[in-house]
Amino acid sequence: MFTPHTDEDKKIMLQKIGAANVRELLQQIPQDLLYPKLNLPAALTEQALTRHLQELSAKNKPLSNFIGAGCEEHFIPAAVNALSSRGEFLTAYTPYQAEASQGTLQTIYEFQSCICALFDMDVCSASHYDGATAMAEAAAACLRVNNRHTILYSAGLHPHYKEVLKTYLKYVPGLKLKEVPLKDGIVDLQELQKQLTPDVSGFVVAGPNFLGQLEPLEDISDLVHKAGALLVAVAKPLALPLLHTPGQYGADFAVAEGQPLGNAMSFGGPGLGIFTCKKEFVRQVPGRIVGMAKDKNGKRSFVLTLQAREQHIRRERAASNICSNQALCALNAVIYMTLLGPEGLREVAELNLEKAHRLAEMLQAAGHKLKFNGYFFNEFVVELNVPAKQVIKKLAKKGIAAGYDLGQVSKDLKNCLLVCVTETKTDADLQAYVDALRGF
Amino acid sequence: MQEILATNKLSIEKSHAGRRGVRFEKPQFSPDKYVPAKYLRKSVDRLPEMTEQDTVRHFTNLSRQNYCLDSHFYPLGSCTMKYNPKAYDRLSALDGFANAHPFAPEEAVQGTLEILYNLQELLKEITGLSAFTLQPAAGAHGELTGILTARAYFDAKKDKKRTEVIVPDTAHGTNPATSNMAGYKVINIHSGPDGRVDLNALQNALSERTAVVMLTVPNTVGLFEKDIRQIADMVHKAGALLYMDGANFNALIGVAKSADFGVDIMHLNLHKTFAAPHGGGGPGSGPVGAAAHVAPYLPKPLVEKLPNGTFTVRGKMPKSLGKMKSFYGNIAVCLRGYAYLRQFDGKTLKEIAENAVLNANYMRVLLKEAFPAFFDTVCMHECVLTIQKDKMNGVHTTDVAKRLLDYGFYAPTIYFPLIVPEAIMIEPTETENRDALEAFAKALCVIFDEAQKEPQLVKDAPHNQPVCRIDEVGAAREPNLHW
Repeated sequence: MFTPHTDEDKKIMLQKIGAANVRELLQQIPQDLLYPKLNLPAALTEQALTRHLQELSAKNKPLSNFIGAGCEEHFIPAAVNALSSRGEFLTAYTPYQAEASQGTLQTIYEFQSCICALFDMDVCSASHYDGATAMAEAAAACLRVNNRHTILYSAGLHPHYKEVLKTYLKYVPGLKLKEVPLKDGIVDLQELQKQLTPDVSGFVVAGPNFLGQLEPLEDISDLVHKAGALLVAVAKPLALPLLHTPGQYGADFAVAEGQPLGNAMSFGGPGLGIFTCKKEFVRQVPGRIVGMAKDKNGKRSFVLTLQAREQHIRRERAASNICSNQALCALNAVIYMTLLGPEGLREVAELNLEKAHRLAEMLQAAGHKLKFNGYFFNEFVVELNVPAKQVIKKLAKKGIAAGYDLGQVSKDLKNCLLVCVTETKTDADLQAYVDALRGF
Repeated sequence: MQEILATNKLSIEKSHAGRRGVRFEKPQFSPDKYVPAKYLRKSVDRLPEMTEQDTVRHFTNLSRQNYCLDSHFYPLGSCTMKYNPKAYDRLSALDGFANAHPFAPEEAVQGTLEILYNLQELLKEITGLSAFTLQPAAGAHGELTGILTARAYFDAKKDKKRTEVIVPDTAHGTNPATSNMAGYKVINIHSGPDGRVDLNALQNALSERTAVVMLTVPNTVGLFEKDIRQIADMVHKAGALLYMDGANFNALIGVAKSADFGVDIMHLNLHKTFAAPHGGGGPGSGPVGAAAHVAPYLPKPLVEKLPNGTFTVRGKMPKSLGKMKSFYGNIAVCLRGYAYLRQFDGKTLKEIAENAVLNANYMRVLLKEAFPAFFDTVCMHECVLTIQKDKMNGVHTTDVAKRLLDYGFYAPTIYFPLIVPEAIMIEPTETENRDALEAFAKALCVIFDEAQKEPQLVKDAPHNQPVCRIDEVGAAREPNLHW
């Protein structure tokens, strides 16, 4: 049991404290409220609990998964979890006592370094809750940097990201939040230019966007910067070994959902919020950052740094209230990146690209139509003759998770299915998908 | 020799071009078949190239430079570093749970949804509140969720004049930062001489501008707000809502229900009270509960049970504040919270809280002579001590903390709460046995003696860690944040 004391222990302790019983120690609590009746199920032994959760786990049906939409299935090498589940990592706290936490601190420093390399950015934080909250914090940082009052965001953002952005910024005084529409599945550049008025603080754009389409991010970056505004890019980390990087096209802040880097889907959480920026904005970064330092003998060491930004010091004047990071998810990510190395990461990216395109070609050969004719990475949109919702239901019965129903986002897209293909899919999987979709 | 002994080489310094840890099948075509060159990246530099063995050894050796709960007593006040049963590590990662996609057809994720629904129900039962959202990713995220829920509630009532949040100085540091993020003005109030909310100060601060009073219960000096019902009455009379920061709920679980205090909204920390390991800083989970009148404003969606016995996240919540993060929360952490609550019945939960309180008081009394409690009274789950300046020969709290590392103990939370000078905040937690408590207290007493006889020894600590004291000022002045 997890309450260790024997009756004798309790007696000795109470005697030393000078109390007759434990209840005496709870005298501060209104006595008539003590020990309420609790209607809880009977306690399970570890064995019974194991059985219970195995049964519940089996109620989740394994499907051949073609859904992405912000959470992706990727192969996780065994060494990732073997290492990150070590108690030394798993059961440590935020590394407040740096001398006794060098392991966690160095892994975060290495995470920051690998992400900076992958994103081509100057600064990376120790991580944020998830991609959506990292993006909302980046938009808030824009407002602090240039003191303007309008945030533009692309209609091509993930619908949950849009909602989180609205929630986070709702009560910023004087803020205007405006959506820039898409044209043919990518940002309408003319419309963007029109909306880039002198009051625009930042533009938030996803590339690839929610519809899987690559955006002309160099052009977008030029337009945004010419208007004196800042660019917040929502990137896809596993596309970056291959595609143009936020650093390359000049993003001021680049954020991402890092789950695809070695973390399980787990019904969408925990995720891994990646937050990066240009050097000049380092003091706007929310949450923890680890820096390399020297100990008093000059030995290399690592420590939480630039803490003057944070809530425990600045209280209500802090950039954010965040006081944790997703250390374990960041650890999975850095182990994953280290195991794969630059070549392995590139291979995975190329396999995603290739397999997604192969499926798209196979579907077209079978008579299906792609909704957009732009470039894509590992997600694309198929337009069917019937509502996607129906197709998803039918394919689930055949053991396939067909994709994301875009009818949830827009009525115009109700026959559209957002399909994601990762390196996990074999040719046979692709063929089974095409066969199942025949007739829709 | 120094070179050979170097334990903190970076992975990039061990890297050799051409080494690989994992191989994948070879792509058949060059990417420019699919994407034009202007969208492509030229090369990926500055990433380590290592074999699987190198990688395993690298991270294993790094892990050994950590103190952790599995190896050390870890009495970090306000953080509840208690033992978390190993069963949950395995169970929360079962394939069926790990491979569930958040947008999978609901009939394929009924197992996960059933657990989440039942966890919501269990949390309702132990707090007495009407609804719980599992969406917040951490305690601070829960606070923000709670305050935005309150704000959505007042917005719906068209009550626009409420622009202030009252925060006592014994609250968590995140409370004022949270209120500010929600666009509220923060009104700080001082605590009374007994370390609790000064009712006069509260009354003076309350007005028709007050939206929320944020109370940490038990508060950060480890005391229960014994006037909590009166506080709730005052808050409600002013038309405001009472928010309870429930990060310290392991002092109360099974012993009292928050709803009975008059709390309108609260957050819990599954990674503190409900047995999820801290993972070196996260992920956590900070579910938020609400009384019936504010429940409709919680973030969407909640997990609902349909009349046919299946579970869904597709319910409508027209009054909801919106979404706090993508998807539904840190589900893998929620699974652990559920497992914990299924392993204990009401009687054991009560024992958990009682043990947390017993352990903290035992610690307080063991250390009475060397490090007296700042408020000399019975405490709840943690005790906040201070140093006797005149007896310490210039040895400060930080020195004591570093010296504890030498003796094989992680340090308590220090210099927090801010209202206690040279604070040493010890939370032994409910899972530690008497031997561990006595050994830790003994170490602190030895350090107290050392401060009399050999203060420099303490001031120079730690002596046996992988590194000595770190130049934090230098690190912040010239930040080196990546290789």
